[in-house]
Parts: sequence; structure tokens; C-alpha cells
Amino acid sequence: MILPGLHAEDDIIAQIAAISGQDVRACYQCGKCTAGCPLASAMDLMPNQILRLLQLGEHEKALRSRTIWQCASCLTCAARCPKDVDPARVMDALRTLLTRRGLAHVEIPKLSAELLAEAPQQALIGGFRKFVGY
Amino acid sequence: MRLPYFPGCTLHSKAQNFDASARAAAQALDIVMEELPEWTCCGATFSMSEDSAMGLVAPTRILASAKEAGKLLTLCSFCYNTLKRTNRVLTTDAERRRKVTTFIEEDYQGNVQTVHLLEVLRDSVGFAALAQRVTKRLEGLRVAPYYGCLLLRPAEEMGFDDPERPTILENFLASLGCAVVDFPHKTECCGSFVAVSTPEAAAACSARILDVAVAQGAEMLVVSCPLCQYNLDHAQRQAQAGRGRATRVPVLYFSQLLAIALGCEDACLHLDAHVVDPRPRLSKWLGQQSQATALV
Repeated sequence: MILPGLHAEDDIIAQIAAISGQDVRACYQCGKCTAGCPLASAMDLMPNQILRLLQLGEHEKALRSRTIWQCASCLTCAARCPKDVDPARVMDALRTLLTRRGLAHVEIPKLSAELLAEAPQQALIGGFRKFVGY
Repeated sequence: MRLPYFPGCTLHSKAQNFDASARAAAQALDIVMEELPEWTCCGATFSMSEDSAMGLVAPTRILASAKEAGKLLTLCSFCYNTLKRTNRVLTTDAERRRKVTTFIEEDYQGNVQTVHLLEVLRDSVGFAALAQRVTKRLEGLRVAPYYGCLLLRPAEEMGFDDPERPTILENFLASLGCAVVDFPHKTECCGSFVAVSTPEAAAACSARILDVAVAQGAEMLVVSCPLCQYNLDHAQRQAQAGRGRATRVPVLYFSQLLAIALGCEDACLHLDAHVVDPRPRLSKWLGQQSQATALV
């Protein structure tokens, strides 16, 4: 079970709405979010596919994807969505569903000494909040 | 003009060149940046979880500490974005404001306007007046303005400039005498904090931006965010090792060019802190000492 404490009958769409304020059902799959996403080439599923999986109740595939951890919250998708859905907030909500259960994407002790020595503090703090939770 | 100033976590450590050059340039323009007597990190990223108020605590405390002045100056795009968006929550959501201000025991109603130094230059100094104050015009220097994400988006909350076709950095550079290089990737993301988890993905984002800027003739990029600076500058070191990039292009803070153009001491620039050394191209505007260092 990918999400301890999460049951099949739980309404993921409602949980995402509670966290992010976004209704994933509004997406009509135009693909504009994917077209403008600067991290798309590092993703296994495209942003619009994540939205579609959630609409279809296939949230486990979305939660297992590499995609949700590649989103940089640059908000290009949100700026261009014709349906006023904010895919970056949806990605953040999916990460939050996992990190609130302790399922972090980054293990801080395993980060390279070079990164810790050279990266600006804001990258580490921002990264820890996005990939480990708070 | 005196403005309360919030440096944020990075400007006293990895981005001292941003902090020092901005302070020197502001002083030359009779702007006193008064650092808040006590501050913490703003949290770096704006909390997008609407069902929790914890992410609002740190930025609210920072905003509240500037409530007497009603204005708070920032330089870092992350801080600017986080403080401005937090304040919008506090002014539009009375319940969350009550929850957060009760928790931190502060009576804060949301009166503080977060301003970026570029806005002060545009709106208070004025770019025409700034051009008059320039003592070393950077004639012939071809600079690409890079905005990144957080100054501009979400546009309805930031209200900084046109989100798809901004002009503030262009007008700023023109007032210093630079030749402005327009390029289509100026609002693309550099990869941001993905540098922590998947550095190669962030480096690919930055490499695209650099390639397009160089193809358009840029000799230099200017930024207003330490993470953009890190990603764009360090991508070139990784690229040098792996991908064999032919062209390397320095990445500076806008405040460093401003300080040079206003005739500030070179000591505030810390040009030795860059992966791609900007000193060779800037040598004719720098003092003897910096030039000698650049030749070593």
C-alpha cells in the first residue's frame, strides 16, 4: 500500500481540493500545462496525464510517478491554464499527501557534501519543504 | 529615503555579493536600507497548502516587524514572492489571519507593502533620473535580462510586471547604458529547488536558457535571485565537465551592474565568487585592483 492509512474508498479528489483549493475535474486535457512545462523532459508522466489519472481514480499511478517530484512550482502551467486549474498546486498537494505520511522524496543525510556546501540556503530550505515536508 | 530591509537566509551567506552591491548602490542613490533588527528565514517557498497555516507563520512574523513603516524592502525573488503572497492571504482571509496572528501573538492587519529594489528604482528613483546618476555608462555591454519565475508569477498576486512580456529589467539596463539583449527564455524556470533532488534536471533547464541567451548575442545575464544565479552559473561548470559547452557566459545580480555604473567601490561586488568570471569583460569599468586579480 503506497499510502498507509489511505483507503480505496477515500475521496482523493476531495483531499486534493482541501489541500490545494483545486478541482481536478475542471481539466479538459488541452495539454497547455505540458506544452510549457520546463521540467517535462525529466518527467515520466506529463502534467496533463497526472490530472487525467486523478479524474479516472487512478491516483496511485499519479502518486508513484517521478513527475510530482520534478515540479519546480514555477507556475507557468497555472498562468496559462484556460480552465483556471493550477497544476503546480495539484503536484504540491500530491507531494503533501505523501510527506504528511512521512514518505519523503529526499533523505537529507544522503545529500552530497558539495551540494550542501555550495547551494544557496533558499534551495535547501525550499527543497526540504517540497521534498521532505514541514 | 529610509526603507526597512529584509535580507533573507541567503543574502548574508551565499549571496553576499548581492547584498553588499545593493547596499552600496542604494547608498549612492540616497536610499538607506535599514536591516530589520531581528528576522528569520521566510520559509523560502510560499505555502500552497490551504488547509494548514504553519507555512504562514514565519513570513507573517517578518511582515509584522515592519508594520510601523508599512513597507518592507527585499532583493531575493523567493523572499519577495513569499512575503507578498503571504500578505495577500492575510488581507483576504480573516480566519487564517486570526489564526496566525494569535499564534505568534502579534496584532498585524496586513498593512505592509513588500517592495523589490527594482520597483524602488522604477517608481521612486525613476529610470530617467537613474540614468542621470550613472557615472560609468556600460556602453557596448550586451546583457540579457533574466526574470525567472517568482518576480512575475502568479501575476494577479505579484503585480510586478507583465508576466509574459516584462520590461522592468530592460528599462533598468538601458538606464545604465547597456545594450539589452531580448531573448525568449527570460521568464522560463531555471530549475529552482529541483537542484536539490535532481540536479541534472535543473541543469538542463538552465542550459536551455543560457544557450538561447548566448545565441541572441548576450555577453552576460542579470538576475535578481540567488537560486537563479546558482543554477545558471553552476550549470556551466557541470556543462564544462560533461557536455563541452563552447560558450561560457557570466551571470550577475542586477545590483552588481548598478553598483559599477554608479561608481561604487569594487569591494562590494565580490566578483571572485562567480563560477564564470565576469571580470575580464567588465575590466574597463573596474578599478586597478580588480583588473589585476582578473588577470591572475
